[in-house]
Amino acid sequence: MTTHVPAAETAPETGSRKEPSYLDVTKGFWSWAGTLDHKRIGLMYLIGVTAAFLCGGILALLIRLHLWTPTGAIFESNAVYNQVFTLHGVFMVFIFIIPAIPASIANFVLPLMLGAPDVALPRLNLASFYLWLTGTIMAIYSIMSGAVDTGWTFYTPYSLQTQQAVVSMGLAIFTLGFSSIFTGLNFIVTIHKMRARGQTWFKLPLFCWAIYATSVLQVLATPVLGITVLLLAFEHLYHIGIFDPAHGGDPVLFQHFFWFYSHPAVYIMILPAMGVISEVVTVHSRKPLFGYKLLAFSSISIAVISFLVWGHHMFTSGESEFVMLAFSFLTMLVAIPTAIKEFSWVATIWGGSVALTAPMLYAIAFLIIFAIGGLTGVFLGTLSVDIHLHDTYFVVAHFHAVMMGSTALAFFAGVHHWWPKMFGRMYNETLAKISAVLILVGFNVTFLPQFAMGSQGMPRRYATYIPEWQIYHQWSTVGAVILGIGFALMLGYLIHSLFAGRKAAANEWGGVTLDWESPTPPNLYNFDDEPVVTGELYDYGQGAKH
Amino acid sequence: MGHSTIVTPTPQGGFQTHTVAHHFKTAEQEFQSAKLAFWLFLATEVMLFGGLFAAYIYFHDVYPETFQKGGALLDWKLGALNTGLLLTSSWTMAMGVRASQLSQRKPLVWWLVLTVICAAGFMVVKYIEYSTKYHHGIFAFTGLFSPDDHYAPDLMGLAYPQLYFNLYFTMTGIHGLHVLIGMIAIAWLIWRGAQGRFHSGWYTPVELVGLYWHVVDLIWIFLFPLLYLVP
Repeated sequence: MTTHVPAAETAPETGSRKEPSYLDVTKGFWSWAGTLDHKRIGLMYLIGVTAAFLCGGILALLIRLHLWTPTGAIFESNAVYNQVFTLHGVFMVFIFIIPAIPASIANFVLPLMLGAPDVALPRLNLASFYLWLTGTIMAIYSIMSGAVDTGWTFYTPYSLQTQQAVVSMGLAIFTLGFSSIFTGLNFIVTIHKMRARGQTWFKLPLFCWAIYATSVLQVLATPVLGITVLLLAFEHLYHIGIFDPAHGGDPVLFQHFFWFYSHPAVYIMILPAMGVISEVVTVHSRKPLFGYKLLAFSSISIAVISFLVWGHHMFTSGESEFVMLAFSFLTMLVAIPTAIKEFSWVATIWGGSVALTAPMLYAIAFLIIFAIGGLTGVFLGTLSVDIHLHDTYFVVAHFHAVMMGSTALAFFAGVHHWWPKMFGRMYNETLAKISAVLILVGFNVTFLPQFAMGSQGMPRRYATYIPEWQIYHQWSTVGAVILGIGFALMLGYLIHSLFAGRKAAANEWGGVTLDWESPTPPNLYNFDDEPVVTGELYDYGQGAKH
Repeated sequence: MGHSTIVTPTPQGGFQTHTVAHHFKTAEQEFQSAKLAFWLFLATEVMLFGGLFAAYIYFHDVYPETFQKGGALLDWKLGALNTGLLLTSSWTMAMGVRASQLSQRKPLVWWLVLTVICAAGFMVVKYIEYSTKYHHGIFAFTGLFSPDDHYAPDLMGLAYPQLYFNLYFTMTGIHGLHVLIGMIAIAWLIWRGAQGRFHSGWYTPVELVGLYWHVVDLIWIFLFPLLYLVP
């Protein structure tokens, strides 16, 4: 293991560039608000989703502080608690995590990796951002106009009896869904049609494969959520009867429709995270990825299988034994490509020249937590165990390990990895490493007690609990506070770096994919000369070291 | 990485030039990208209607008698007439696309006008069907559901007759909305086509609206037998 030094020969002074960077080429509010540049749209998304993460995170902290005592410490009524966790779920799932990596990081990085001047459909890209903004404003309006207390899943019949705000929240999610479809559609076309000369499919960086698989899910699964929330709104307004048992409808049909989207949505979250980790692990280990084709095809097979497992959310809702067995088997099947990925990353690090940089620390934290999240998923996919664990804190801890501990950490690994490329500035690496460690520790202190009390039967979504579980809840709250400090520190040094960070080298980490060949920060149309791919992918040279 | 501005070849006779967007290397790349994107969009349409079809098939299984009696109240002759209108409009649309590829300005406009006329005919027939139901007390999306005894004598004795009609109105309503959007898009094509905007060098919008129109037609090809004939 050696200390990281940016490769000097690839680091010309940023002052000697041929064209102004995309940040300097035009100035003013409208040059951003009306931009068609994928990099600026990516940055607007980055600011947007980070703000959403901040809101959702503050709500999460409030939830944890409320659960400090068995009777609840903060919210005066259980109804308010229900509204707060619903809001937390909607913000984190639909507004933060679904667009987080694709719409911000991939928007910035994908065309660079393909050697392209922009995404294939720049106007659609901007439209996607404004739809996201509209959907977010509609979601906030729903909260102001009478909060939604259904949880982010909107299960009928309760969601039909509660406040009218379910309608505007449903339409908000319909709009956010369109934004997500437009992003995915755009990326599929971009990967098919905008690759550099000589860049065949098997010379695509793995991040592109991951984004491709994600995009297919976004395009094919999101419309089903669209029609579901539309029908839910109709149901609420006009009682059309499809999901309402009082009018002949079937609430389990709602669950089928909802999870037909929302299970693939879990992979819309995790697949791009896996792509980020692939890139970070290879660059900071100075080693080609172990099992490139396996990693690429495991992304595709996860995407395919993810369409066939939605029924595992309804093991206790009334499915036939045969259907439950089939869904259980298919759920276990996801573990195979997932394990292939985990082992390939570890094998990539093994024997590499590993630099423990901030992005690498986030990636290692991902590998640890994702193993926990993935393995507990197998517990929940097992029928007999799931009957016991269904709707407990075990489920909460499991999906937070995958969503928060894996996807959000990979998002931040990506932000740290491409930060110098985005802004041409470096953050304070010592602080970045401290925050990575704080977040890894904070996460486990928060959620390991939740696994424990969940296995003992603590139900999710309860505002109060029996005193036996207080010690677990208090540990969990302490962990949440550590997490909060870690994220606050991160926000602080990242903002600081924008103004006072040292100038980044042209190729800060010595990456060898096309994204690192553009000037830092890139030109308006990315490259000085049109890139051509000739050599091998991830070729760091013989015995490459940092 | 700026490359020179690409203008597609434009035939003589008052046709307008088309400049390829800055980030494409060739006009062909631009055309193929737009087409692939549009196919993906059409896939989302199929998935959206797929949800509705799944709900229909499920409830048909749960309340077979309701769906049988409810479906019997739909006029299959009007449905068949509408099927004929949409199929014809698909043909005229295809001819329009061909006219644009061959830079035939006037034929393009006339084929598109015929397409809009067929689509309008479809909407008129739909209006007749909806208003007939309305006059006999079968309302969409309201708590008021009181079918006339002479029109639907044994409907009220069945389980949830409203569910059938709400599904019928939702499915044909969302489809009808797609027809309306298609009519607006074709009207725009007529306006720009008359100005000579589309020709052998650039006819992307005609091609894309054509694809959209065929999918709208195709969805009706599934709706018609499911709603009018299967019961």
